[in-house]
Amino acid sequence: MATTLDRGLERDEPVELKAVGTRRRGRGDRILLYLILIAIAVFFILPLVVVVSASLKYRSEVFTDTGLIPSSPSLENYVALFSGSAEFATWFKNSAIVSIIGTVITLAITSLSAYAFARIDFRFKGLLFGLLITTLVLPSVMFLVPQFKLIGQIGLYDSIPALMLPGLAGVFGVFFMRQFFLTIPVELEEAAYVDGANRFRTFASVVLPMAGPALATLAVITFLAFWNDYLWPTIICQNNCTLPPGLRSLQSEFTSDPGLVMTGAVVAAIPVLIIYLVLQRYIVQSVASSGIKG
Amino acid sequence: MTVVDAGQPQRVKGPGFLARLRGGSRSGSRADVRRRIGERAYTPYLFIAPHFILFTIFILFPFFLGIWISVHDSTPLREGPFVGLRWYMQLFNPDSSQFPRFWNTVWNTILFVLISTPLLVGVGLLLAALLNTKIRGRNFFRGLYFVPWTLSVSVIALVWWWMFNSNAGFVALAIKDLFGVGPNWLASNPWAWIAILIATLWWTIGFNTIIFLAGMQGISADLYEAASVDGANRWQQFRSITLPSLRPILLLVITLQIIASFQLVGQPQLMTGGGPPSALGGETTPVLLHIYNVGFQGRRELSIAAAMALVVAAMMVIVSVVNFRLFSSERS
Repeated sequence: MATTLDRGLERDEPVELKAVGTRRRGRGDRILLYLILIAIAVFFILPLVVVVSASLKYRSEVFTDTGLIPSSPSLENYVALFSGSAEFATWFKNSAIVSIIGTVITLAITSLSAYAFARIDFRFKGLLFGLLITTLVLPSVMFLVPQFKLIGQIGLYDSIPALMLPGLAGVFGVFFMRQFFLTIPVELEEAAYVDGANRFRTFASVVLPMAGPALATLAVITFLAFWNDYLWPTIICQNNCTLPPGLRSLQSEFTSDPGLVMTGAVVAAIPVLIIYLVLQRYIVQSVASSGIKG
Repeated sequence: MTVVDAGQPQRVKGPGFLARLRGGSRSGSRADVRRRIGERAYTPYLFIAPHFILFTIFILFPFFLGIWISVHDSTPLREGPFVGLRWYMQLFNPDSSQFPRFWNTVWNTILFVLISTPLLVGVGLLLAALLNTKIRGRNFFRGLYFVPWTLSVSVIALVWWWMFNSNAGFVALAIKDLFGVGPNWLASNPWAWIAILIATLWWTIGFNTIIFLAGMQGISADLYEAASVDGANRWQQFRSITLPSLRPILLLVITLQIIASFQLVGQPQLMTGGGPPSALGGETTPVLLHIYNVGFQGRRELSIAAAMALVVAAMMVIVSVVNFRLFSSERS
């Protein structure tokens, strides 16, 4: 299955015929296709516009002024969100801390481990790697209760480390980085060896610099996973939450003030939307090649 | 972390060195190989240790802890006594109070899987086919369709919670304008389910689309050329070239989709609260939300929740295995 997919990812453009004219579309066809593509684009963009619009309507305006463009747009919801409740700022800060630190640690520990599994021969290697891979196919639902119990018992309930520890233990990064390390030619490492560099030096100064693209892909995927994670933080946090469970609290506290709730959703979405805007094509490729589903 | 004796680097070289460097050596005794390479036996373990220790504590141990909890009677506040298979028996005994609610939510989940999987796979194929053409702005559209996938489930659920708000939500108002009447979307069925389905489609369809698109781009142009020389139209080409070539990718996407749909939880939790209420409880409560409610709300019956989670996990593993068998055996 990898071959067709890999070929397609590498090419990243449609297959076109060499025979002239056979698959060329007529002008009418082309316009119709554009109309369909634009209609679908509206379906994807409109909800975001509606939500931004709602965030610009203060209090009851959101019910009285139902147009797409607010008649008297104001940023009062945004001010209220950050100044009114100190909680929202905490959620935002926690999300940033968990996502950034979680990503950095994940890159470090998974690439170290993946390098050993890809390049060094050691006792129980097959067994240990098999163990890691097996847990990759187990549904996360079966870990919720025991992880919750464990975190409680070691006294980390409602703490920042609790928000990232199960994510850091995840094995996807090891698997992903190992696949990449297996594709790098060993000759460069041999040269480093002959020069007397030890494993770690070889890894840090020869292998890692070549792993830039793979590390970047893993970084993007990991960051998104931490930033967007919902169920685990919902279970483990109370006062020290991240944005996704925070939005849930916001919704239940301000059910009658949807404008404010939508403002929270917009603020939670902005960082990932900015990252996506900058790295769009690259993220699409990364996700397609690693095949992870949200 | 110095692991090589600086005094004897030349010992590194020797037969088996390359194979050893590649990590694939099977020949020679291990002690022999280690001595030649000039590094300590524990070096590789130091490499895997940071991750493996976390893995052991937070994944491997919880795997067994989950089973342990499920045969005890525990809540977050107290360690309960050993109860054997009591919770499992309750889940499979029609007379127990756990039985109807649990299977009702399992059934809700299965219904959602059965409806959402063909929809999300079919629409994904369609969008990929539309995008698999040489037109200007193709990458722009692809990028646009993928935007919602980058958002958290809590963001997308709130977006659609508002879109379907029966007082002022965009969709609710548009339907009311069009037909004069409109349902109370999130508080009545089947409308609540339709809203959840649309939110899920909007959120995740981009993923299926880009995977299919990558697959389509990998199909050799020669096949299409040959087919069009033979006079096959576009639909015939799609059916007899694109679909068969995509078969392995189709299997991958369908399996991932089934697993993802099985894990539905955030959308109903935030959009409908699991409601509207019915005789058995929430009409749009999937099993994951039920597990959450049992284990982490109210009486916090962790042990029952752990048992339910294991039963559901077993179902999911069985479904993916069966799915793989089914598809790979009927290869023509």
